[in-house]
Amino acid sequence: MSTTRTAARTHWVAIRAMLIFTLVLGVAYTLVVTGIGQLVLPAQANGSVARDASGEVVGSALIGQSFADADGDPLPEWFQPRPSAAGDGYDGGASSGSNQGPENADLIAAIEERKSQIAEFNGVAEADVPADAVTASASGLDPHISPEYALLQAARVANERGLPESEVVELVESRIQARDLGYLGEPTVNVLQLNLALAELEG
Amino acid sequence: MGAFLAVAQAATLALILALLYRPLGDYMARLYTSDRDWKVERGLYRLIGIDPRAEQSWPAYLRGVLAFSVVGLLFVYAMQRAQAVLPYSLGLPAVPEGLSFNTAASFVANTNWQSYSPELTMGYTVQLAGLAVQNFVSAAVGIAVAITLVRGFARRGSGTIGNFWVDLFRGSFRLLLPLSVIGAIVLVIGGVVQNFNGFTEVTTLAGNTQNLPGGPVASQEVIKLLGTNGGGFFNANSAHPFENPTAWTNLFQNVLMLAIPFALPRTFGRIVGSNKQGYAILAVMATLYVISLVALSALEAGGNGTAPELAGGALEGKEQRYGIFGSALFGTTSTLTSTGAVNSMHDSFTALGGMMPMLNMMLGEVAPGGVGSGLYGMLVLAVIAVFIAGLLVGRTPEYLGKKIGPREIKLASLYILVTPTLVLTGTALSFAIPGVREDVEATSIWNPGIHGMSEVLYAFTSASNNNGSAFAGLTANTPWFNTALGVAMLLGRFIPIVLVLALAGSLAAQDKVPATAGTLPTHRPQFVGLLVGVTVIVTALTYFPVLTLGPLAEGLN
Repeated sequence: MSTTRTAARTHWVAIRAMLIFTLVLGVAYTLVVTGIGQLVLPAQANGSVARDASGEVVGSALIGQSFADADGDPLPEWFQPRPSAAGDGYDGGASSGSNQGPENADLIAAIEERKSQIAEFNGVAEADVPADAVTASASGLDPHISPEYALLQAARVANERGLPESEVVELVESRIQARDLGYLGEPTVNVLQLNLALAELEG
Repeated sequence: MGAFLAVAQAATLALILALLYRPLGDYMARLYTSDRDWKVERGLYRLIGIDPRAEQSWPAYLRGVLAFSVVGLLFVYAMQRAQAVLPYSLGLPAVPEGLSFNTAASFVANTNWQSYSPELTMGYTVQLAGLAVQNFVSAAVGIAVAITLVRGFARRGSGTIGNFWVDLFRGSFRLLLPLSVIGAIVLVIGGVVQNFNGFTEVTTLAGNTQNLPGGPVASQEVIKLLGTNGGGFFNANSAHPFENPTAWTNLFQNVLMLAIPFALPRTFGRIVGSNKQGYAILAVMATLYVISLVALSALEAGGNGTAPELAGGALEGKEQRYGIFGSALFGTTSTLTSTGAVNSMHDSFTALGGMMPMLNMMLGEVAPGGVGSGLYGMLVLAVIAVFIAGLLVGRTPEYLGKKIGPREIKLASLYILVTPTLVLTGTALSFAIPGVREDVEATSIWNPGIHGMSEVLYAFTSASNNNGSAFAGLTANTPWFNTALGVAMLLGRFIPIVLVLALAGSLAAQDKVPATAGTLPTHRPQFVGLLVGVTVIVTALTYFPVLTLGPLAEGLN
């Protein structure tokens, strides 16, 4: 009898505690952080929106996007991002990696195919295609490529747009983001921002 | 160059943690020993109906832990089931029963295994009022339990080990909440989103459409890491650019995961009255951490295996901005704590690289381990270590002036046996039960061959050790995995807690024996070496056979 009563009492304490936690740590805390974010750091809090020259929103500077046509074929006039396993590719509602293991036959075949496609697309040797170009990122939304992959695409993009290659190479080089603090992570090129700058180049 | 990058990154992390060690550890020691309540706390204690000055025996403390966790389980379950009628649900329906159970168990057990894809399953209300709240309180429960064990060593002839409700409220409101507010703002500065915008459709530069997600992400992200929970707001977890946008936020996330677990040895040393004892525990944790980090970094940079060699590097499932070393650091931190967040896909690691996260979890997540659970796990191993040392020299083992008698060693041994039993039984049953086996092979396993077996082993290792990371190719949203992993998470969390509280009770009740010339010093390098050895050997003996069936076979093939 007294054990039952103790147990009931303890659970009643627990329920009241959980309600307090839900209100404070769930609702109030989230609203306070949201308020601070929206008031002080609205650009970041709302997704680091990227705009084109006319001020139209074209995506987020942090989220990679596809530069392919409706059939999924890469558009040669744009710098191409990494392969993506998010939905049908760069689906912002379905972030995901491929999760294929190192000996997975499908992955091996995919890498082979990407290698030859990229080599042909850019007119380079297969051996020159860097690893990030043929591997899907963890999120499927990686906004970056390596400087090597960006530079590899410069000639194709310049040719397609009738621009001098040196100008496009210069543009890529100006867009290379060094490692944070000089040693964290890897050097990157943000594909969307590079393509936005490219579009302005022709202005 | 590569080695320089890896070392500079790790050195920066070590420096930050070293600077936090004393202030944070001392703060927690004061927090859990002070008998002064804030006025607002006294109000809250009246509201829930407890006397904050009433100390509890270990069974009473345990009743509090269990009642609170059962209530948490029901809250999270009910919220998911009611999702359709909750505000800010983004039009998502109620979560099915099996998945709701699995998720509720997962978040209450500080595991944050996710059988679901968050952006397709969970609306904002469930995330912030259900899941994020458990991120706070399950972490606070873990720290509270660790503190009772520390009190057990510190007290003499005491029938009580503290007051659960006071420990819970203080950990939540005075430790995790303020750190989370600061950390969330830092994350927003880095680019983590914090809004209630839902999905926004945009026309991309190339004229396609893309749905950009929103959400109160930063507020949940920070406690996901600080409380070593690990459940991502998005499916890609900390690989998602809206959760972890840059290389420096990546380092910051590592700091968040490690700050409390690495500072708790200081708290321990403080409360038992000898900072040297804290440094010894810290040294064991740091040694194991460094060895594991070096191994994973080298294996991934080496990039062995057919696909990585063909691609020219192990970059499948890794983000360009973190690179291999930023990914290896995060993977090591996440699985040596009980976080289980990922910034790269462990399923796509090289075969031996993919074994490292598994080994980290199999160590029992003690280097430095989850918030609280890491410290109590390591102290239980220390009890085993002094027992073994005692056997070797033929003396009654003691630790911190407490005799390690039959009762203590039984509790410690049972503790050590719980997770291996769950891991190995769960994995074996997945392939032994006829109907289940077909389902596992046809529906759940993603990668063919040996790697598929590793996916199942990883899942049970992760669930039973309350980690939550995955070889994420595995489709775990099936009746078998939702049930079996849900049970493994609950048993893997709460049986050890029962044993630790019982151990705390029996230690607290003892008087202290004075140290003599024959007492094993437990603050010297000799003991640090012994404890590292015991931790590794216990793990290796338990798991070596099953590892040979999975990642070892794949990697050495």
